[in-house]
Formats: sequence, C-alpha cells, structure tokens
Amino acid sequence: MANTYYLIASNTVGSGGASSVTFSSIPQTYTDLVLKSSVRSTSTDNWLNISFNGTSATVNWSARWIGGTGTAANSSSSTNSTYSVLENDSTTTASTFSNSEIYIPNYTSANAKSLSLDNVFENNATAAQSFLMASLWNNTAAITSMTLTPSSVNIAQYSTFYLYGIKNS
Amino acid sequence: MTDTPIAIEVDCSTGIATERPLTADEIAARDAAAAQAEADAKAKADADAAAAAAKASAEAKLAKLGLTADEVAAIL
Repeated sequence: MANTYYLIASNTVGSGGASSVTFSSIPQTYTDLVLKSSVRSTSTDNWLNISFNGTSATVNWSARWIGGTGTAANSSSSTNSTYSVLENDSTTTASTFSNSEIYIPNYTSANAKSLSLDNVFENNATAAQSFLMASLWNNTAAITSMTLTPSSVNIAQYSTFYLYGIKNS
Repeated sequence: MTDTPIAIEVDCSTGIATERPLTADEIAARDAAAAQAEADAKAKADADAAAAAAKASAEAKLAKLGLTADEVAAIL
C-alpha cells in the first residue's frame, strides 16, 4: 500500500494550448508513478495518447478496457494500439474538464510495465463517459519520460497535469 | 490560439517547463494523425449508420412476413 505521495512536477497549459505535454528526466528514486490530469481538447476528438521514453505510442502496447456512456456500456481489447486518456472534447459543456489517474507500479524495473487508468469526462448533459483500462507496455526500459499527445489538434488552456512519485516505505 | 503549435516539456529534475514551437516535420506528422483520426471516426460513423439501416430493413421485411413488433424484437 502506497503511503507517501511526492509531487515530482506539474504543468498547467497556457493560453495558446499545447500539442503535447512531456515530463522528462523523471527521477528513478520512487517505487511507483501516478499521473493525475484534468484535460480538455480544442477539437471534437477526445483521446490523449500516452507514450514513454520517446517511443511510438502504439508499439508493444496491449490493453483491456471497459466503459460507459450513460446510456450504454461497452468493452474491448487492443494490441499495438495507443494507450489513451479520455479528455473532454469541444462539444462538451464549456469549461468542463476530464479527470483521470494513471497508476504505474515499478516504473524503474527491467520487466514489462503494467498500468491502470480510470477516468471520466464531465458534461452537463446526458452524454458522458467513464472509462477503466488495464494495460501493458511490453518494454524493459525504466520509464524516464512520459508524453501525452492528443489524437488531433490541441490540449486546451487550463488543462492540468500532476506527476507524483510514490514510495512504499 | 497561437499560429504555430506548441510543445511543452517539463524537466522533472529542475521543475522548469519550456515551450517550443513544433518543427515542420512534427506539424506534418500531427496533421497526418489528425486526418487519420478524422477518417477513423467517419468510418465508424458510416459503419454504425450501415448497421442501423440494415437492422431497419430487416425489421421491415420481418413485419411484412406478419411478425409483430415484439416478435421482431425477440429475434433481433
């Protein structure tokens, strides 16, 4: 059980928006990583793709996910696809943002990395989504950087990202 | 919004965030990804519409055979 959260770094996207946000030089001194984000897109697309160490966002990834839209539930799996965070798109209620948490245990290990993700986007309307995903990044390199890139266009102003390190002792 | 897309990098060793404009290659790759995402979304919408049309057609044909709405719903 994690008992200690340390804020490693954070960022709030400025007035121009951003095409990507990267956390580089991630310290290798923690047990686990947690990224908490609150994100909105400037387009109708609502996926924010994650990649590590500057590698392709689709190589060596596999995932299982389940989600709900308020009117239907669905689930699926994928391989060599992107591992993505749901973000509020431009059609959702103005000034609303998604909430998400990515948990990455043992990010410095020489084994494949397992991840979990839970998130929801907010909307003052019937349509909204929640989303749970378990994923594997089949790469033995320690995670030293993390990049979040929208499928299209920009991350909107006031989107926030907080990267925490966790020590289990 | 600025004309040139901006990439943000936060150096965790210093906490300093830097912003830089994307290179031409990065912009081209980004535009290609956006076009692909749009094409994927359109393909899904087209597939959903085709499936809905096929279902409606099947329901109409079954109704002409004398099935009630409940009976059609039971088998579709």
